[in-house]
Amino acid sequence: MRGVWALLPLGFGLAIWQAAVMLLQVPHFILPGPARVARALWENRALLAENALVTVTEVLVGLALGAVLGWATAVGLALSPPARRLVRPLLVFSQAVPVFALAPIFTLWFGYGMGSKVAMALLIIYFPVTSAFFDALVSTPPAWLAQARVMGAGPVRVMWHVRIPAALPGLLSGLRLAAVYAPIGAIIGEWVGASRGLGYLMLLANGRAKIDLMFATVIVVAVLTLVLHRVVDALAGRLEAGRRG
Amino acid sequence: MTEPPGLCFSGRVLAGGVEILAPVDLEVPAGRWTCLLGASGVGKSTLLQCFAGLGDGLVLDGTAGASDGAALQGRVAMMAQADLLMPWLNVRENVMLGARLRGERGDKGRATELLRRVGLEALAERKPRALSGGQRQRAALARTLYEDRPVVLLDEPFSALDVATRARMQDLAAEVLRGRTVLHVTHDPAEAARLGERVFVLTARRLSEVATDEGQPMPRPPDDGETLAVTGRLTRLLLDAA
Repeated sequence: MRGVWALLPLGFGLAIWQAAVMLLQVPHFILPGPARVARALWENRALLAENALVTVTEVLVGLALGAVLGWATAVGLALSPPARRLVRPLLVFSQAVPVFALAPIFTLWFGYGMGSKVAMALLIIYFPVTSAFFDALVSTPPAWLAQARVMGAGPVRVMWHVRIPAALPGLLSGLRLAAVYAPIGAIIGEWVGASRGLGYLMLLANGRAKIDLMFATVIVVAVLTLVLHRVVDALAGRLEAGRRG
Repeated sequence: MTEPPGLCFSGRVLAGGVEILAPVDLEVPAGRWTCLLGASGVGKSTLLQCFAGLGDGLVLDGTAGASDGAALQGRVAMMAQADLLMPWLNVRENVMLGARLRGERGDKGRATELLRRVGLEALAERKPRALSGGQRQRAALARTLYEDRPVVLLDEPFSALDVATRARMQDLAAEVLRGRTVLHVTHDPAEAARLGERVFVLTARRLSEVATDEGQPMPRPPDDGETLAVTGRLTRLLLDAA
């Protein structure tokens, strides 16, 4: 019964879409109806799967690298106040630079292949992961830190045994955000220059006026992002539950 | 455990130029249980912190240290009102937290023995979340004992517990901490009257010692006449100071 209720909004959305197409008499090369897009999805399933695999690989590698780099940066910044003063403004500044503007540069530096897309995905999630984890690392309850000092712990052991485990929820909330952002980075990278991937397929379909295929690709991207978010969310929830006991 | 030293404090404490502990002189005898009683905000916890070597942003204008002149570093354990158990470690791992933080090998057998002493042996593998408030505070006591330090600072460790649990914890702590130099900060006159071999009252104006029933070994029964009389005298002192 709950499954039916979950599908209801989807049905509602499709109905509005179909109604708009019928009532506004939009030509199918401007706005194809749901049935046409569904057919494009089915007919191009091999093409979509092949390109989805490329994008998913880019996203997962970017996510893994971004998580590791974000983790390391946050720990480094939390351990060293001078590093904080030096690097934090740069981090904030990096967020002010539009990601779109960097995509062509990354293509220039890392080539037409996966490298530049991984770099885009990494760049777009690096800040949210670093920032969420860092904020959690510097808000350890002071009484825990005081207790650790009385016990004779040095800063590195306090970091490893108290601050990092205490900040785990912050890292996980950063990763939950990253799961949604990373596909955006990869797609932007593919728009700027690629010969494979869902972003590339979108542009290709658009250029050839295959608007139904373009819509089908958009749907695949959205579904992949949702699935990725659900998987990361479930893993994070499991980690949090294990930590609390 | 090495021979417990006494504690000496003389001076005042400032935070950002503001005096948060007025000038005071306190001598805590070695190997005995000393209670420091006072209303909230008079600086008793601050005084305690001076011995723990903490004090982020606090400036001590004076001296705080051991009566034998050696450094207190490494000779002090502390137990606070919050149990400060790490939620991701089980009870036994929490007891051995100090070893973990110093990079030593934890002594699992000793941790288990201490948990048995505080009656938590069966819960050693549980996470703190599964424990009641009293059980958590007993785990914190076992962690304090695991440190095996000659000086133990107690900062209102039982004040969040209900009356019966508190009385049981007082008995247990008195038993397991016997022979150590204990400085116990509390705002509860009945607790000071039960546990203090020496009792000092800190008010905004001064520090004064109140005689206790020295003939009666601590922990004294809560319904003992003399203990109740001391409780009354301490309460009166706090009332008059307020």
